[in-house]
Amino acid sequence: MKFALAVYGAPANSQAPQSALHFARALVAGGHEIVRLFFYQDGVNTATAIAQPPQDESDLPAQWQAFIQEQHLDAVVCIAAALRRGVVDQTEADRYQLPGSNLRDGYELSGLGQLVDAALTADRVVTFGA
Amino acid sequence: MSQSVCIISTCAPYSGQSAREALDAVLVCASYDLPATLLLMGDGVFQLLKGQDSQQIPRKNLSAMLQVLPLYGIEAIHVDETSLLERGLDFSEFCQVVTVLGRDELPLFISQHSKVLNF
Repeated sequence: MKFALAVYGAPANSQAPQSALHFARALVAGGHEIVRLFFYQDGVNTATAIAQPPQDESDLPAQWQAFIQEQHLDAVVCIAAALRRGVVDQTEADRYQLPGSNLRDGYELSGLGQLVDAALTADRVVTFGA
Repeated sequence: MSQSVCIISTCAPYSGQSAREALDAVLVCASYDLPATLLLMGDGVFQLLKGQDSQQIPRKNLSAMLQVLPLYGIEAIHVDETSLLERGLDFSEFCQVVTVLGRDELPLFISQHSKVLNF
């Protein structure tokens, strides 16, 4: 079955990105297809490259990135939500003359239309952190 | 089933960005010419209150965004009756016309859509 996952919670204040990662791994193990991951609302913080959790805690942004790259997943971060929360790639950093960029490799900034498109393409869309 | 989306918004208008970002999703569906309905449940029903003066916070006025939905083809806003009753709200306090769904009507209403997006 084709799944799209929407993640709305941030690693530091929500269980959503952790639950979504567990679910995504289970989907792959079960032979399902993940057509898109969409990070929206506070979920955009999952894609930051400059969070550094304590060493005895799980590094969720690093784990998500590794999973995305291993599985070659389409991981989209909502651009409007990300700009509002300080998650930007180099293009946006240049556009708004920001002092740096912090979007992890493996993610792409794009519009909310990508969530709607994924919802239409997938058999199921599963939301984490609403 | 032809495609349609039910967007369920459960957050109060100015508690974080959730209500605003749910409305953005409604508008994006509309821009894709995708039939979309907005269902307000829980504290989401507070989004309808008249006389919101968000300049004091300061935030953008969310009820103004709700009122432009008909321009985008979203004719009716649906509201969970139980959520209204629990919060002591009634229609006269609302900034626009809504369709109220009783507890028994909700499952059928939601199941008429091919996809549900929760906010």
